[in-house]
Amino acid sequence: MRALVIAEHDNRHLKPATLAAAEAARQLGGGVDILVAGARCAAVAEAAAAIPGVETVLLADDAVFEQALAEPLADLIAGLAGGYDALLAAATAAGKNVMPRVAALLDVQQVSDIVAVVSPDTFVRPIYAGNALATVRSADAKKVITVRTTAFEAAAGSGAAAVKPVAAVADAGLSQFLERRVTESVRPELTSARVIVAGGRGIGSDGAFALVSQLADILGGAVGASRAAVDAGFIPNDAQVGQTGKIVAPDLYIAVGISGAIQHLAGMKDSKVIVAINKDGEAPIFQVADYGLVADVFEAVPALIDCLNR
Amino acid sequence: MKVLVAVKRVVDYNVKIRIKPDGSGVDTANLKMSMNPFDEIAVEEAVRWKEKGHAAEVVLIGIGPQAAQDTLRTGLAMGADRAVLVKTETETEPLAVAKLIAAVAKTEKPDVILLGKQAIDDDSNQTGQMLAALLGLPQGTFISAAKPDEAGRITVIREIDGGLETLSLATPCVLTTDLRLNEPRYASLPNIMKAKKKPLDVTTPADLGVDVAPRLALLKVAEPPTRKAGVIVGSVAELVDKLKNEAKVL
Ligand SMILES: Cc1cc2nc3c(=O)[nH]c(=O)nc-3n(C[C@H](O)[C@H](O)[C@H](O)COP(=O)(O)OP(=O)(O)OC[C@H]3O[C@@H](n4cnc5c(N)ncnc54)[C@H](O)[C@@H]3O)c2cc1C
Repeated sequence: MRALVIAEHDNRHLKPATLAAAEAARQLGGGVDILVAGARCAAVAEAAAAIPGVETVLLADDAVFEQALAEPLADLIAGLAGGYDALLAAATAAGKNVMPRVAALLDVQQVSDIVAVVSPDTFVRPIYAGNALATVRSADAKKVITVRTTAFEAAAGSGAAAVKPVAAVADAGLSQFLERRVTESVRPELTSARVIVAGGRGIGSDGAFALVSQLADILGGAVGASRAAVDAGFIPNDAQVGQTGKIVAPDLYIAVGISGAIQHLAGMKDSKVIVAINKDGEAPIFQVADYGLVADVFEAVPALIDCLNR
Repeated sequence: MKVLVAVKRVVDYNVKIRIKPDGSGVDTANLKMSMNPFDEIAVEEAVRWKEKGHAAEVVLIGIGPQAAQDTLRTGLAMGADRAVLVKTETETEPLAVAKLIAAVAKTEKPDVILLGKQAIDDDSNQTGQMLAALLGLPQGTFISAAKPDEAGRITVIREIDGGLETLSLATPCVLTTDLRLNEPRYASLPNIMKAKKKPLDVTTPADLGVDVAPRLALLKVAEPPTRKAGVIVGSVAELVDKLKNEAKVL
């Protein structure tokens, strides 16, 4: 058994999601290599080499991979697959974009978003917005897997893998990168934050959403949102938590003006401590909250900020 | 331009599912079924392209049991021109679905294939990407905007983890929809009546020469660990006290 983990990065920094994929790969029980495909990304390869348990870092450093376009990246991964029994990536937007393409090139039925490795061919994955956990056994000779990052804790320690260059692939030029607008934030990243304050439709306006951000800042946390808050334009799309947004599991999740639809709960119900602030005592969010406060956000949140500032 | 749109019939997003007592699967009998919400967004986009003159024809493809016809009729009532049902009696996995759509695409020759980014039943998020690979086409996944241009390319904005990404794709291409692409319309009663007369062809995996044998064996379906509701606190001060001294998260 040999596994290849696809590193996620921005050509400068290795994304922490990669560590979860590496841990799932380690649990398969064989050797683990990691692929860093990018442009001028030697620093990422160095970081990947330090992940405990990684034997070799394959470095594909070429302009063709600069923007991580799915077409050349999938061709590269499929071309390297011969030496591996399993290919893994984090179930992030990037991993979800490229891995199914790889799977189809290899005629493999991917196993998406696994939360547990039962054995090298058997995995647990959530279905129906996390309302059921399916255990599936893959009959494919090669496994293509995406990994739910909140379910696999990065292994402690550090390694010293060798870095080995691999050749790039030709780009057919099917898709062309134009621009990327990344939400600049000094706050921690949503998926790795220890504290998240999330706002919903109940916040009422993008102006009022500043209350949510203020509370997050006092707690050193990240800002999340329900779909309704994103749809209403209170906050950009990358803050959406849920079945079809980001999956998070912080130590503390404070849901403010969020009703608790199953699609939202799917993204946050594995948080350690959940607090709900909602003026409707019947809101379903209270059924999963450890601490509920039935109150108007415009009274409760300023009071909370005040109390924490003291 | 010709657009092919894939639609799946799924348990309605408002329905809470039940797990079969023997753990062999999810009991979907007698549940309200609807078009997968992301596929509704895909149909809406194609119909808008038709209304704007970008698309000449919108063809739907559905894979599923006979009852999946109803879902296709819904899409026809939204404004699609005709539909193809690939009739299957068993669950089809994303790879098999992608192969079936690819087989139909070979004869239909669409310029754009639109799919939802994920089906809200198995939450796999695979079919569009797999289809693009099988046909050797560019892919634009998780899109919140799409604009065809005169040069025959499509500019798409994708929702990614850090924000938004803009790509220009050659056609033919495969696109998968995210929530913010549009707000799907409700079909009007006259359009629902009209849709009953629109052409709907039925074919099978065997006719298309596609092997749909599953690769994944479902061993067990279980309830996720449930959370217990906690306590309702009386004040902000009490909340802060509990978070500090009981939960110890502050
Ligand atoms: C295909 C699909 C995918 C989806 N994916 C997601 C997803 O990934 N993530 C997600 O979050 N949703 C998702 N949804 C949407 C989901 O079904 C809900 O519509 C959404 O989560 C509701 O957001 P909300 O709780 O902010 O709004 P609402 O349900 O409208 O709730 C607002 C809450 O605010 C409270 N409130 C109002 N005013 C105040 C006030 N002044 N003080 C205190 N409380 C107040 C109200 O009591 C209410 O409980 C999806 C839906 C579909 C169909």
